[in-house]
Amino acid sequence: MIEFSTWDILRNLLLATRWTILLSLVSFVGGGAVGLLLLFLRISKRKMARAFAKYYIELFQGTPLLMQLFIAFFGLGLFGVDVPAWLAAGLALILWTASFLAEIWRGCVESIAKGQWEASASLGMGRLQQMRYVIFPQALKIAVPPTVGFSVQVVKGTALTSIIGFVELSKAGTVVTNATFQPFVVYGLVALIYFALCWPLSKSSQILERKLNVAHRNH
Amino acid sequence: MSLIEITEVRKSYGTNEVLKGINLDVAPGEVIAIIGKSGSGKSTLLRCINGLETITQGAISVAGAQLLDDEVHLKALRLKVGMIFQQFNLFPHLTVGGNVILSQTVVKKTAKAEADAMARKMLDRVGLGHKFDAYPDELSGGQQQRVAIARALAMQPIALLCDEITSALDPELVSEVLAVVRELAAEGMTLLMVTHEMKFARDVCSRVVFMHEGRVHEIGPPQEVFSSPKTPELQQFLGVH
Repeated sequence: MIEFSTWDILRNLLLATRWTILLSLVSFVGGGAVGLLLLFLRISKRKMARAFAKYYIELFQGTPLLMQLFIAFFGLGLFGVDVPAWLAAGLALILWTASFLAEIWRGCVESIAKGQWEASASLGMGRLQQMRYVIFPQALKIAVPPTVGFSVQVVKGTALTSIIGFVELSKAGTVVTNATFQPFVVYGLVALIYFALCWPLSKSSQILERKLNVAHRNH
Repeated sequence: MSLIEITEVRKSYGTNEVLKGINLDVAPGEVIAIIGKSGSGKSTLLRCINGLETITQGAISVAGAQLLDDEVHLKALRLKVGMIFQQFNLFPHLTVGGNVILSQTVVKKTAKAEADAMARKMLDRVGLGHKFDAYPDELSGGQQQRVAIARALAMQPIALLCDEITSALDPELVSEVLAVVRELAAEGMTLLMVTHEMKFARDVCSRVVFMHEGRVHEIGPPQEVFSSPKTPELQQFLGVH
């Protein structure tokens, strides 16, 4: 039987961590872009756009991420589309992240005093101009801490993609366990690596919240 | 020739009719004070004029610009009438200068240098040129309101709507804001103001409108309205018997 040192285990796990980080970044950036689009629909003046965004958000928040991954992976396969695991994982996570970010950001936009909308409107600004120059700069400050905080959920969410065969940190943990028969050591290390990724994010969210301490600064 | 024409304007919130057929024509250079109890519809009327509230019936036009509920018409209308609010509503993330510059560059596409010069001129006019780089939360309420006036003036409107602009101010700060408004009136700016400052209305305004239960209940020059109110409602409002 081959002997594995702890370094062997850790090295393999760290190599897989790259994919966890990459998938997290892709989900977060892609989810942010789609989330922004959803946000615009969600606060649009058009009823149809608002309804679409509302149902989208309810659907993706109201079903388990795991089911979304399965549907992206197996569902499209039914139509003869061969979806590789990385694509299904990225796609599902982007759509899932977007639904949460859109709703977080909607709260931030709606927390801006109504008078800001009225003042900018009465100066002749159109809706997009109001958004860009008056509402977003203020909402952004409020949005930073919860957005960074949510990124922790995204990192942890990537663990689920191991089930459809995407080799990231969790999947690597399973593979290494199967080779070493040391589940406690391996999964202990996996947990520590996740913690090392997530803790700085949680902590910076707290620090940002204190630093940007923005509540009640609207006039 | 009227500058602002308000014709048979009605406004309802659900089944609650707050404006019940308002007619009012304002000539260029007129200063109109709108007085009345809270809930009489005076603020709503003002907010209808620049489209912050949609009207249920009737028509409003300002210098030929019709009030219609689409962005192009609203913008054309809002370039003609500025508005000043009770709560100032300055943009807290921008400096005083930035507040006055923003809409010029964004809405009118004025060049930055030109907008900057205009902002300085307007801030000087309200006596706050030296606060150009300050942030709104570093200013007193009276100063903030004067910045809001400069911000509206920088768009070069032909009329200004003032919605209880001194009601959120400490008593000692009211006069500095009213002094600015008085000056504007003297320079011939058309003003429509909802106000509780009766003395100011009497001194400065050309006409006073008394609103009661969604209607223009009494209207006339200030001497007439204040000295010999005809209706019992106005007598009661003014506290004379």
